[in-house]
Amino acid sequence: MSRLVVKNLSKVFSIGFLARRNVEAVKNISFEVKEKEIISLVGESGSGKSTTAKMLLRLIHPTSGKIVFEGKDIWNDIKTNQELKEFRRSLHAVFQDPFASFNPFYPVERTMWQAFRLMDKEYSKNEALELIKDSLVKVGLDPKDILGKYPHQISGGQKQRIMIARCWLLKPKFIIADEPTSMIDASSRGGIIKLLLKLREEQGTSIMFITHDLGLAYYVSDRILVMKEGRIVEDGNPDDVVLNPQHEYTKILVGSIPKLYRKLEDI
Amino acid sequence: MSESLVKIENIRAYYKLKNREVKAVDNVSFEIMENEIIGVVGESGCGKSTLSNVLLNNIIKPLTIVGGRVLFKSNGEYVEISSLTREEVRERFWGKEMSLIPQSAMNALMPTIKLSKYVEHLAQSHGIPKNELLKKARKRFEDVDLDPQWLNRYPFELSGGMRQRAVIAIATLLNPQLLIADEPTSALDVVNQKVFLKILLEMKRQGIVKSIIFVTHDIATIRQIADRMLVMYAGKIMEISPVDKIVEKPLNPYTEGLLNSVLTPEPEIKKRGITTIPGTPPNLIEPPSGCRFHPRCPKAMSVCKEKEPKLVEIEPQRKVACFLYSEERA
Repeated sequence: MSRLVVKNLSKVFSIGFLARRNVEAVKNISFEVKEKEIISLVGESGSGKSTTAKMLLRLIHPTSGKIVFEGKDIWNDIKTNQELKEFRRSLHAVFQDPFASFNPFYPVERTMWQAFRLMDKEYSKNEALELIKDSLVKVGLDPKDILGKYPHQISGGQKQRIMIARCWLLKPKFIIADEPTSMIDASSRGGIIKLLLKLREEQGTSIMFITHDLGLAYYVSDRILVMKEGRIVEDGNPDDVVLNPQHEYTKILVGSIPKLYRKLEDI
Repeated sequence: MSESLVKIENIRAYYKLKNREVKAVDNVSFEIMENEIIGVVGESGCGKSTLSNVLLNNIIKPLTIVGGRVLFKSNGEYVEISSLTREEVRERFWGKEMSLIPQSAMNALMPTIKLSKYVEHLAQSHGIPKNELLKKARKRFEDVDLDPQWLNRYPFELSGGMRQRAVIAIATLLNPQLLIADEPTSALDVVNQKVFLKILLEMKRQGIVKSIIFVTHDIATIRQIADRMLVMYAGKIMEISPVDKIVEKPLNPYTEGLLNSVLTPEPEIKKRGITTIPGTPPNLIEPPSGCRFHPRCPKAMSVCKEKEPKLVEIEPQRKVACFLYSEERA
């Protein structure tokens, strides 16, 4: 069953003050994401991948097209606050910059406490604290090292883990991970990826990676969508897309990436 | 066998602060051969950039050379550049014998100074007629696939990839023997990265530059262009070997950890999976005792905490600093 259906989605931005100009950031894209599926939206800066993510998260309104999540059109069928709350809980984001996701004036667990606002069930303070501790343990953090700390006292990798711990609390059905590893050291990148894969295994979460890193996409995804100038130019399983690309742009992209086990032929 | 162009001998370069020292490069020795591309890898804060400043003798306080020397072959004889002042090295060597492409070179150009001004300045500081050098610059711009008319433009008018090419064209105008490239590709997208690597290799093929030292955290890039790879950790050399051999079989556990965290779109990577190195790099004010990697090392032994492993040659051309490969193990 499809958890998310995107149909003929477009976004046009009007920019300029005096001379208005239209920029088509996303041009008529369609795709579906199944339960437990991991897909990657790959493209360079300006390809429209982040605009797509923002529309899926219901942060910006599409110019045309439909986004149906769990059978509901997210722009037309969500009317009450209760429905919006449920949507925010089931479709969750992990962003690129873990430094920007935390308010420097509050201890880091504040982001976790805030998650409880999205839940229907009321928890007592002690119950909630236990849940927070459990979720921190799930992502490989010792609650002792985290609780009461301020954002500047912990590393980028730890911050990103806390954002994933939030996902363990809320148990969303769908996670949009926008460049989740690009700002953390290569040596801790693998840990973050493993955590997201574990979430998928244990909770059946669908995950969409938004990234420019074809290496990451190839490693984690069940399917890769390649975006270029607002359009999806290639859509297929990772082995086909990377080892046997069809579209000219994907060929150039794959051919330009430095590899570890083979030398680029034409440099 | 070619001769060495630069010899780095037991160099220790510290940042001397009020009551502390940051041991950014600590007792490092290696040679850069003629006609060689050497890649330097390591995590942020391991001393890679300090090392390139040492090579240039670009020593500005608080950075201080505490010990060791750097010898640079110029006109057939070795000059101890580390004993000269920064100004002497700048006059005699910079631009002519060695040149730097700095980290984020594309932002190193002042947006409101015309590119031709940089060339004129270079001519002036080396006593070369301006017109002659400008003519050469126009030719060199063509070589890097830039229209020579861009010389009369301002840097802000060029795209990032074009600016990077302009920087390399100007930096190599006087055919330096050694080109030091410090993270030159990290701000470029993959298509421009490849263009840049091609230019670099072409310059070496044509003999415009003799040797290149390429500093980066991206092992896959080094794999594409370098002959030898030097792995740094916390101010020390952990391993130095031909690139093919390191990729085939890393010796130092740190090198192995770095290689296993590489994520490139290749079936081999999917098969082997990726792993992480636990912990974070140490503080260089008080580095760990013994081998500096021992607190994070999966194969650490008791000796690693007590003694510091020396960088020894264990196979031809392969040097590693690790007790797993040394006699002193017991």
